[in-house]
Amino acid sequence: MSRGPLAPVAGWIAAHPVVSIVAVFALLPFVVPYTSLATQILVYGLFALGFNLLYGYTGLLSFGHAAYWGLGAYGAGIVLAKLGWTSLWGALAAGMLTAGLGGALVGFLALRRRGIYFAMLTLAFAQLFYFIAFHLADLTGGDDGLRGIPQLPLGLFGLSIPLQTPLAFHYFALAWAAVAVAGLQRVLKSPFGAVLAAIRENRDRASACGYNVNRARLLSFVFSAIITGLAGSLDALRLNVVPVEALFWSTSGQVVMMTLLGGAGTFFGPFVGAATFLVLADRLSLVMADSWPIVIGSVFVVFVLFLPRGIWGTLTGGFHGR
Amino acid sequence: MPDITLSALAAQLFTGLVLGGILVLLAIGLSLIFGLMTVVNFAHGSFFMLGAYVGFFVLGYTNSFWVALVVAPLVVGGFGLLVERFLIRRLYGRGPDDALLLTFGLSLVLIEAVKLVVGKLGLTLDPPAALAGAVDLGFMMFPAYRLFVLAVTAVVLLGLWLFLEKTNIGLVVRAGSRDALMVRALGIDLGRVWFLIFGLGIAMAGLAGILAGPLRGVYAEMGIEIIIEAFVVVVVGGMGSLPGAIVAGLLIGQVISLTTFFAPKLAEIVVFVVMAVVLLTRPSGLLGEAGLAE
Amino acid sequence: MDRRTFLHSTTAAVAILGFPSILRAQGGPLKIGFPLPLTGPFAAIAADQRRGAELAMEELNAKGGVLGRKVEVLFRDDELKPAVGAQRTKELIENQHVDFVVGGLAAHVQMAINEQTKRAGKLFISISQSDEISAKPDTSPITFHEALNPTITGRAVGGWGVQNLGKKWWMVYADYAWGKQNNAVFTEVVKKAGGTVLGSTPYPLGKPEFSAHIPRIQAARPEVLMAATPGADGVAFMKQAISFGMKKEMKILVPLHFLFAAKEGGAELFADVYGGTNFYWEVSETVPQAKRFVDAFTKKFGMPPDGYAGYGYSGIHEVARGVTLAKSTDSAKVADALRKNATYDHYKGKQYWRGCDNKAFQDLWLVKGRSQAKGEWGFFEVAGKVAADEKLERTCAEKGHV
Repeated sequence: MSRGPLAPVAGWIAAHPVVSIVAVFALLPFVVPYTSLATQILVYGLFALGFNLLYGYTGLLSFGHAAYWGLGAYGAGIVLAKLGWTSLWGALAAGMLTAGLGGALVGFLALRRRGIYFAMLTLAFAQLFYFIAFHLADLTGGDDGLRGIPQLPLGLFGLSIPLQTPLAFHYFALAWAAVAVAGLQRVLKSPFGAVLAAIRENRDRASACGYNVNRARLLSFVFSAIITGLAGSLDALRLNVVPVEALFWSTSGQVVMMTLLGGAGTFFGPFVGAATFLVLADRLSLVMADSWPIVIGSVFVVFVLFLPRGIWGTLTGGFHGR
Repeated sequence: MPDITLSALAAQLFTGLVLGGILVLLAIGLSLIFGLMTVVNFAHGSFFMLGAYVGFFVLGYTNSFWVALVVAPLVVGGFGLLVERFLIRRLYGRGPDDALLLTFGLSLVLIEAVKLVVGKLGLTLDPPAALAGAVDLGFMMFPAYRLFVLAVTAVVLLGLWLFLEKTNIGLVVRAGSRDALMVRALGIDLGRVWFLIFGLGIAMAGLAGILAGPLRGVYAEMGIEIIIEAFVVVVVGGMGSLPGAIVAGLLIGQVISLTTFFAPKLAEIVVFVVMAVVLLTRPSGLLGEAGLAE
Repeated sequence: MDRRTFLHSTTAAVAILGFPSILRAQGGPLKIGFPLPLTGPFAAIAADQRRGAELAMEELNAKGGVLGRKVEVLFRDDELKPAVGAQRTKELIENQHVDFVVGGLAAHVQMAINEQTKRAGKLFISISQSDEISAKPDTSPITFHEALNPTITGRAVGGWGVQNLGKKWWMVYADYAWGKQNNAVFTEVVKKAGGTVLGSTPYPLGKPEFSAHIPRIQAARPEVLMAATPGADGVAFMKQAISFGMKKEMKILVPLHFLFAAKEGGAELFADVYGGTNFYWEVSETVPQAKRFVDAFTKKFGMPPDGYAGYGYSGIHEVARGVTLAKSTDSAKVADALRKNATYDHYKGKQYWRGCDNKAFQDLWLVKGRSQAKGEWGFFEVAGKVAADEKLERTCAEKGHV
């Protein structure tokens, strides 16, 4: 495997992911044109990180990951908007729990199949959640989306920290992302992480070595769903709405694109992919108001052809394909 | 619950057949391409859309729907050949995800390019005057054009069957789907077959597009919804299985049609429910072969 | 050097990253953010909204701007998605420092935009159909709704229809908020007027397959068919209805007619189909303000305006009027000024804001498709007019306002 120009940097980042994430995203609001863009990158990057645990690290491609993003968003949103909870901790917990439960259910059923069949099953379940959210309009707002999510301050050690300004909310989201990244690093460095790697490389062999492949994959699915759910909950707080499209297959497609663009199987790749996609979408639509999607599509085609490991994957691991 | 008379039910089933026809044309192309080349072609819906647009322009130029019906698939299929030669071919040997991403990006580019070139408004594609009316089937008046779509689908399927069963290339295709390594080991250049099959699959998508144009109108996003349904059909039938694609296409067409009639609210989701049920009970779809899609 | 010049004069790569706006000209242009779906299935209607806004901007600047400041409308693509609409609104507010927002096409996107403008304290004039945006809990003192909504349209068009077209109805509607609202309102109106609804056909949005249903509808023999089938679904529905011969058997009515749908489908598609609209360019023959608007618009763009161009035009002009009255760009003050001076007339006759919910009341027209267009754009002929009337809308109390 050849080494890319940023390989030493990548090594350091991989060893210190939490510090890296915090450093980059603490400064990002001052680099990009406006703070909310940095927060959007952070939240979608977290989404892609959760997806990548399943895809890049466990080797399972899910076409329906929007389900956990959406469940997280609705979980947090509904307790705040409809049940009148006033604690952000409670809302985030509710979001992660809902997403985790969804992940356990879908994982349990979908993991019975492999490859494209697994992927299509995850899609089918995501569409089922979409359908339910669409029609349970009294609870979820239906296709008009869930509105009325209040702007709450954060209760911490008896203090009430306001999160009104974009920057304050950004650091709040960053704190949670750091926690998620720390948790993920723990998981991947643990014996369990090694088992995941073994399964990804050769599932049958891992099974032959005596590892409980199904249990490991299910656990990975649930962790992935929880991280993704956290991202969704943060987005619900960020936008003060949960659009029903959060559960739709187009959202699932977006996170796949971001991950592949950045580089699957790398820790930082999802964030790089999210940043690229979102910054392009934001800036291009200013200069080419109605034809910018053609640029994004072309970028993907070019990337797949010439940078198959994604941006970060190429920068850190070299230019040649797998 | 609407009143169920025998004639209403028969009308329902007939409509479902037509729905299934378009889906089958799309699914067969998808299945051929996947079965032989393990390429998941997300751009299939865009080629479907191109078929309708090309058909519109040929119709405008020649004033003959029949000419357009023949030319559009050929043009789109030819374009498909170019795509295979210059884009897809570079991805052989890489994992399946690369083709996924590429075809996804390609579909975006195609949709936007069409809007740039032709404009944002949709177009109207009219069926020829000879097919404009309705035919009295006894139990209902059925639009003649839809019967025509059914007929074309049947003819195409017959032609495809003959091609696969009776020709040498067809033999290679069938063998290559089962065991590409073996076929190569026998000294056969699969690359050329893949090239042709990709073009053929795309041509079928283009045909489905021009057939669908008069039914729903021609607009740039017309391929997006239907491609999801086509994927469901392919998966339900079993990736890579042509008989599976046909059976599943007709089945799903009926399911959609009957659900739209009896329980319209559920029509959106019933397709996915069917797919989930089939996949959970049969590991490789209805008629698929184990081990093909991993 | 302002942001625009900076962006245009650097390379694309640098432009993509952008730099935070440290310099900001004092007393610079009056910026109005305008999110709309420039890409996606309704791009043609959004382009119409945009043209209306551009004309308004040009007219205001020709008169020296507002409070001596040039008016700048910043268009952003919201892709018809609420999350994108919210993000673009954030960009407009945080990055461009817009003072006001006008825009939105589709209820769910408007409401997402509204959450952001409420949060930032910026006045938002929403310019397309939504029943909820002017009602509690979505609305706010700085949320204004310029466009018609399903309730008003349904009661107006339905009321006219049951008087003039027939008493036995069938409803076909897309199974989502707008479709369901229309179905509910039309049903209520028809029944109140002593008519009957023989049946209804909900269908999943985006799946316009009606050949299953049409024979049943024909068998029931309705006099009027109401089709709440938006966009491409509408075109598909009309084609199928025609192929089954429905037009000869009953009158077809749609809540809203769009010039672009008629252009796309061809005159025969919507021939003899009745529909409502907030504005049709041929009313310039009878309304002087409309003539001025249509002439100016046609001169600038080479085509007449459709209803949504009128909304875009009126929205921008209302912001300007409010700022001039309030002598301030503070959103709360502008909102108060608009409520205190609620009457206005920019393109089609008198309109006014209702005090409790910032809802615009306006005249609307019933138009009918011609079998052959008169000229390039004369797809419809005027069949009737419904004057502005608060009885067409829910009461303040019904919308949650005390």
